[in-house]
Amino acid sequence: MTASHPAKTSAPSPKTSFQDLILTLETYWAGKGCVILQPYDMEMGAGTFHPATTLRSLGPKPWKAAYVQPCRRPKDGRYGENPNRLQHYYQFQVILKPSPADLQDLYLKSLEAIGIDPLNHDIRFVEDDWESPTLGAWGLGWEVWCDGMEVSQFTYFQQVGGFDCEPVSGELTYGLERLAMYVQGVDNVYDLNFNGGEGDAKVAYGDVFLQAEQEYSRHNFEYADVARLFEHFKDAEAECQSLLQKGAHGEHHELVLPAYDQCIKASHIFNLLDARGVISVTERQGYILKVRDLAKACCAAWLKTEAGGAS
Amino acid sequence: MSGELLLELFSEEIPARMQAKAEGDLARLVGDALAAAGLEFTEMRTFATPRRLTLVIEGLPQASPDVSEERKGPRVGAPDKAVEGFLKSAGLSSIDQAEIQSDKKGEFYVARIERQGRATSDVIAEAIPQIVRDFPWPKSMRWGSGKLRWVRPLHSILCLFDGKVVTFEIDGIESGDETRGHRFMAPEPFKVKDFADYEKRLRKAKVILDSGERRDIILNGATKLAESQGLALVDDAGLVAENAGLTEWPVPLLGQFDASFLEVPPEVLTSTMKAHQKCFSVRTPGKEGLGELANRFVLVANLEAKDGGKAITAGNERVIAARLSDAKFFFDQDRQVPLEDRTRELQKVVFHEKLGTQYDRIQRIRVLAREIAPMVDAEADEAERAAMLCKSDLTSEMVGEFPELQGVMGRYYALDQEEHPNVADAIGAHYKPVGAGDDVPTEPTAIAVALADKLDMLVGFWAIDEKPSGSKDPFALRRAALGVIRIVLENGIKLSLMKALEFQAGQTVETFKEIARRRKETNAVGEALSNWGGQKVRKNNLDLLDFFADRLKVYLRDQGARHDLIDAVFSLGGQDDLLMIVRRVEALGKFLQTEDGANLLAGTKRASNILRIEEKKDGKTFDGVPDPTLFEKEEENVLEAKLTEVEQAARAAIENEDFEAAMTALAQLRAPVDAFFDNVTVNADDRKLRENRLKLLNRIRAATLTVADFSRIEG
Repeated sequence: MTASHPAKTSAPSPKTSFQDLILTLETYWAGKGCVILQPYDMEMGAGTFHPATTLRSLGPKPWKAAYVQPCRRPKDGRYGENPNRLQHYYQFQVILKPSPADLQDLYLKSLEAIGIDPLNHDIRFVEDDWESPTLGAWGLGWEVWCDGMEVSQFTYFQQVGGFDCEPVSGELTYGLERLAMYVQGVDNVYDLNFNGGEGDAKVAYGDVFLQAEQEYSRHNFEYADVARLFEHFKDAEAECQSLLQKGAHGEHHELVLPAYDQCIKASHIFNLLDARGVISVTERQGYILKVRDLAKACCAAWLKTEAGGAS
Repeated sequence: MSGELLLELFSEEIPARMQAKAEGDLARLVGDALAAAGLEFTEMRTFATPRRLTLVIEGLPQASPDVSEERKGPRVGAPDKAVEGFLKSAGLSSIDQAEIQSDKKGEFYVARIERQGRATSDVIAEAIPQIVRDFPWPKSMRWGSGKLRWVRPLHSILCLFDGKVVTFEIDGIESGDETRGHRFMAPEPFKVKDFADYEKRLRKAKVILDSGERRDIILNGATKLAESQGLALVDDAGLVAENAGLTEWPVPLLGQFDASFLEVPPEVLTSTMKAHQKCFSVRTPGKEGLGELANRFVLVANLEAKDGGKAITAGNERVIAARLSDAKFFFDQDRQVPLEDRTRELQKVVFHEKLGTQYDRIQRIRVLAREIAPMVDAEADEAERAAMLCKSDLTSEMVGEFPELQGVMGRYYALDQEEHPNVADAIGAHYKPVGAGDDVPTEPTAIAVALADKLDMLVGFWAIDEKPSGSKDPFALRRAALGVIRIVLENGIKLSLMKALEFQAGQTVETFKEIARRRKETNAVGEALSNWGGQKVRKNNLDLLDFFADRLKVYLRDQGARHDLIDAVFSLGGQDDLLMIVRRVEALGKFLQTEDGANLLAGTKRASNILRIEEKKDGKTFDGVPDPTLFEKEEENVLEAKLTEVEQAARAAIENEDFEAAMTALAQLRAPVDAFFDNVTVNADDRKLRENRLKLLNRIRAATLTVADFSRIEG
């Protein structure tokens, strides 16, 4: 690379730069009192799996966080050939506990911050109840539409890991690529301007991720070693259970987070096996139940920790 | 207007599909609460938008009326316990507060209970919080740190009685006189005085309160936009209503998409635009239904945009283009896989754990469709072919994306691979009728497959004991049975249900064995066979036949048939041909409308009544043959002769399924029966004579039973 850095204007510009979209959202939510976390360092299917959402949404303690989370959906890989589908993409996740009374307004202002004027665009809250069978979690809310495009998921958590959320957390999930395509006016995800540079200085989303999409699609559908994955699943499940057992000390638990990591791992391995097409319909339900059992046990253990509100 | 109650529950976005029911529930609950307090009113109306649920009542009094009630107590001198109980129930502290009255039996206590009327606003302030807390939303939620449940977070409550705030509080939300307008165009709160003021100010604040008015705006606006292009709107009342539930200020806008997408089947285009964007399709005028779609659509925005809707239209066009290119991609991809291959893929798709894969099911449907084909004038080979391919589109990308297009896509793909049009159409129509409003398949091949599909479902789920019960019918088996009934009746098909059920039961047993072999579970074979062995099959099928009978009764009743006539035919037993049952009910109805019919019914009933009494008296029946040597009167001879003649004629007519002829034959009994009753004393003193005459009466009853059980008929 030469020294031709992209010309940087003073204010971030979500309309021309993917990374500025992220920066703008981070700045906005930091201003609302959120801790801005970095992505969790494990493969997961959705930002909800991040312990900052799954675990922190349980127990009585207030919590406000926002972070970008790379999401892996092995089955959605399209070898880089579909303009809308990726096996790896970014979610911007906001979790506010308890959900504030003005959560909708806060959210709408965040759209304004990235340049969506609600007096020129049709923004709508359309019923969409959320459920995660693997996390034993559900909530009510909407998908948010902007001119007919789903740009976010908006959920009031009612249960996580089978436990009632008291207080209730509000969760906002922005699909960053889709949102960026919308504000940049681009029809193919790989054409997104990543860094805001122009001409030679422009780095497109495809420059960063196209090769990765191709390679991971091959991996997810063709090369991932099935036998080894089955072993990994068993290992993760066993390790999770073992840590949950070893960390339990009466009313307290001291190994929840490492145990939960194994649950995240098991979930991702299951997704890979699913993409490889080696899990039959009947087995599928069984695997989902196994992961859910792990998630529930981790959530139960979390409630026995300080952050989970145990005295 | 005086005596006006205005209530608005203002919340975050209420799902469109729940709004109408919520209006009804609010009206009912508030109405009940007022009635319980003795408050009457002249008019009540309710309204719903995405953000508010509103109720207005006119003509309420200022207070509920005073009530004076006398309650009668025990007699004077009754045991203490009785007196205590009376004091408690009447709310008295001492028996001195009761009056003493007397009647024929003596003196007794009377409590005079005076209840003062309550201020209407007090009644409302007490009732509304309870109604809100217990509101029957299909799904409700908590939010923040509160305990209250509502469909989505509840933000404010406006409650006015005659312009004054009715004060109450629900989990920190205090009632007031403020509301808000459109979320974006008029977000500031404002105060209102009464309903007229409320509606007017809301309109000024870009909220149309009445969903009917919003529907009109959407339908008229969308129609005009289409017509402005020389086109017509594809009608969809459900979509109009859904858009009315998604908007407070609906603004229809016209958009377009690339004409090359019109290569994709119209059902796909319409589903794509509707499912993801709630957009209306637009077609060439003059063609009904989907006809020829145009490359236009109408979207409904919830905003009068500053730029006149340019950005909104452009945004929707881009999303639709992306969706349609996905759909086109699916359509192109799907057509590259022959349907036979897709059918084979169904070996991996479980239909039901105990009933095997979709592939197993197709094999059963295939064989049954072949069996049914000759009964419905279908080519057996075509029916079998259609059955073989009828579920294949379930593995297509398109149906994965739009499940409602199952069958429809199969038809397109079949045409694409040059299947016989009958086969393709049967694939497309075999799920029909999908609902009460849907039409039934009318082409023979489609009829054969549609019947086979539904009968297999019913036999299968009966076999594994997953029958509908109460409100539970997860596999929509009632709908399947009704589908069979409608297909058979509307197409005039003669079909012995019992034979079809037995045939399919045999196939289902084979599936059980096959599943057991696959799972290498020998004990499962035993279990399946013991469930299905011999008698059990018969019992299940009889049970299923009863289920059909029940559904048929419901269906006929909905069609306006007399339920007693249906019962009269069903109670003959052994009825398994739906068409014949219905014809018989019809013929019976007509017959009973004639004078002969009505009189014969009366005579038969008279005979039955006498028999019932005498049978009980003697503790025996009189079903023997009457002895002609004991006939004393000419009427007896005449009746006996006529009975023999009529019975034979009626039986012959029934054999030929000519119910009218059977009824006409029966009609000849009327005169001799009447004459018999007029001139013969049944309960003669002579025991032998009496018994012989009772046997004659029994023959009347038996003769009418060739057609129907007259004792079940009313009147």
